[in-house]
Amino acid sequence: MTKERELAVATTYRIIVCDGTTCINRGSRNLISRLREQLERHGLADRSTISLSGCLGMCDKGPILVVNPGYTIYGNVTEADIPEIVEEHLLHNRPVARLAIQEDHLYNRFFRVFGDAKFFGKQMRITLRNCGIIDPENIDNYLSLRGYEALARVLTDMTPESVVAEVEASGLRGRGGAGFPTGMKWKFTAAQKATPKYVICNADEGDPGAFMDRSAIEGDPHTVVEGMAIGGYAVGASKGIVYIRAEYPLAIKRITKAIEDARAHGLLGENILGSSFSFDIEIRLGAGAFVCGEETALIHSIEGTRGMPRPRPPYPSVQGLFGLPTVINNVETWANIPVIILDGAKWFQTVGTETSKGTKVFALAGKVVNTGLIEVPMGTSLREIIYDVGGGIPGGKKFKAVQTGGPSGGCLPEQYLDTPIDYESLAKAGSIMGSGGMIVIDEDSCMVDIAKFFLEFTQNESCGKCTPCREGTKRMLEILTRITEGKGRAGDIEKLERLGNMIKKASLCGLGQSAPNPVLSTIKNFREEYEEHIHQGRCRARVCTNLVTYQITEKCVGCGACRKVCPVVAISGTAKKQHVIDQDKCVKCGMCFNTCKFDAIVKV
Amino acid sequence: MTTTQANDAIATDDQKLAQLKEFIAQTQKDEHPDSFLIAVLHKAQELYSYLPVPVMDEIAQEMAIPTAHIWGVATFYHYFNLTPPGQHVISICLGTACYVRGAAQILQTLRDELKIDMGQVTPDGLFSLQPARCLGACGLAPVVMIDDKIHGELTPKKMIQILNQYRKQAKK
Repeated sequence: MTKERELAVATTYRIIVCDGTTCINRGSRNLISRLREQLERHGLADRSTISLSGCLGMCDKGPILVVNPGYTIYGNVTEADIPEIVEEHLLHNRPVARLAIQEDHLYNRFFRVFGDAKFFGKQMRITLRNCGIIDPENIDNYLSLRGYEALARVLTDMTPESVVAEVEASGLRGRGGAGFPTGMKWKFTAAQKATPKYVICNADEGDPGAFMDRSAIEGDPHTVVEGMAIGGYAVGASKGIVYIRAEYPLAIKRITKAIEDARAHGLLGENILGSSFSFDIEIRLGAGAFVCGEETALIHSIEGTRGMPRPRPPYPSVQGLFGLPTVINNVETWANIPVIILDGAKWFQTVGTETSKGTKVFALAGKVVNTGLIEVPMGTSLREIIYDVGGGIPGGKKFKAVQTGGPSGGCLPEQYLDTPIDYESLAKAGSIMGSGGMIVIDEDSCMVDIAKFFLEFTQNESCGKCTPCREGTKRMLEILTRITEGKGRAGDIEKLERLGNMIKKASLCGLGQSAPNPVLSTIKNFREEYEEHIHQGRCRARVCTNLVTYQITEKCVGCGACRKVCPVVAISGTAKKQHVIDQDKCVKCGMCFNTCKFDAIVKV
Repeated sequence: MTTTQANDAIATDDQKLAQLKEFIAQTQKDEHPDSFLIAVLHKAQELYSYLPVPVMDEIAQEMAIPTAHIWGVATFYHYFNLTPPGQHVISICLGTACYVRGAAQILQTLRDELKIDMGQVTPDGLFSLQPARCLGACGLAPVVMIDDKIHGELTPKKMIQILNQYRKQAKK
């Protein structure tokens, strides 16, 4: 039995025939007997149901057939079309495009399987279209859902120029963060004469709190492989490299298997599908350096040296890996490519906003009810993501800010919640799209502390090549540390702003140019918290330990548990009487607070 | 055992070295053999659990790359250990989601309990502590990964209980 046939037999079909007056007049009932006959012929009769429906409302296109799975609506169907529909759609899982009224857009697939649960309601899955549906380690699963069809199409029907033109027309922009138009990038590389050329998939996801690329590769590795092969054909590259974090063992295993299986099926290697195009992919592991997400640093890392960025131009599209023209795109960008080829640039353009087309995947986490991986159309508001998809803030706490773009992004407070997600709007609000980290912060977090957290990260990850980033982030971190320790000085905020703007302007690469963003955006939106820390010695979220005092309230039953755990003997009191903390001795370790079973100890 | 003795023991572990050399030999057939340095270091760390200096010297010989350059690369990337790790490696996630949900407290608990800092090994060699960026288990934040196992939704108390389980096992 062929694979297609196996799959066809395992599936149950439901065919709905419109039985409204117009369709009947146009001959819908004649279709039914023909359908039965064809289903019998292919041995699909026991697995199929044919049902009649009331008027579907598309009378001008009658007779109408709806075929499931596939959710395809066929119009103007004649008896002569029936054998083709049964054979192509049911047996080979290829909807008959010339009769379809509603096209089977790939993203719809998700809803057929998981329905319209609230979590999925506002989502639209293009790059994650197969995640959770297919077995990622089974190439036949991917093939059965029109996998590698886009590659086959470009190899047989399209010239490399027309592939580049299609991607350019789609308006797809780089999903790694900066949002550079993908088609333009490809065009630059395609125009280069030097060979061999390379295509690289950047899967070095280092942003703390982001796991989009990992999940995408773990859930559907073939779409990345297919996207890269199409990219290779478009720009004239014969070699692809997946640069992936060593910390992602499962993702590495799955992409490795996907590449091997694709090779075994003749979808990678010499003369793919009988064409003159040869292309293969190898895997290179990262080794834990955030800066390697920057394209020139990534290239250095693949070349086996320290991953430090270099000035651009020349851009990698002209002089990249081993000095040769190279296209570098992020995992999510590659995953969009097969869909653009299959559904067309015209369709892709209908999703999203004026300047940002398509969807964006976010790793939604932090103080939000539903944490996880989501994909929404560009233009969805932050509010919709946090409250409708994310389910709001747990524990009845108050929303304080949402952080996008990780260590390169900013914190946006409540007044920006209606900002639509696209590259320009987020930048205007003072953050960035970034690669897709989205952390929700509630009133329990201190914004100065959050800024310090991100700066600690970037300071630690600064490669040290250029002075503004290496020294500047260090000095900023010192100032932030002293503010959180209650030793802030008048003028510190202005100094942070001055330093931050300087680092942004003078740094060599994206890491330095964006490192001050978390600090600058929190100063812009939460300046009063900085001022409270410096001038009043107060941390309103009670996070900065030096600015917190512990007090025992009248809820105290005098059990003495706190007295016993206090490491500096700052707590005194007699049994069954309210205890007191000697503030001069207290080192603010919080042991008493964690120990008390009666909630009698409060932070003020 | 002194460090020198330990290094000698490593350098003479023929079986591992042979495996490493074989791996290197394969990479040298490529058009850009030097570009495999990081892959070779990954292999070495897989074999030895860290990168001993004598092994880096061997790599330098085999790949014809100066040890100084290899040292430069090994120190640049966080993933490579330059000292032997503990029997159980504790990676504490310091990603944003974990941080917002209290990873700092967990880290403090680990520091207090193990009396070591990041990148150090306990005197008994049982645990070593290292930071991890996002482990991708944000739904379970805050999380700690001990060897390959993820422990999630941690509180200081739960963290201590987990450590005690490993200690108990080690005693058996």
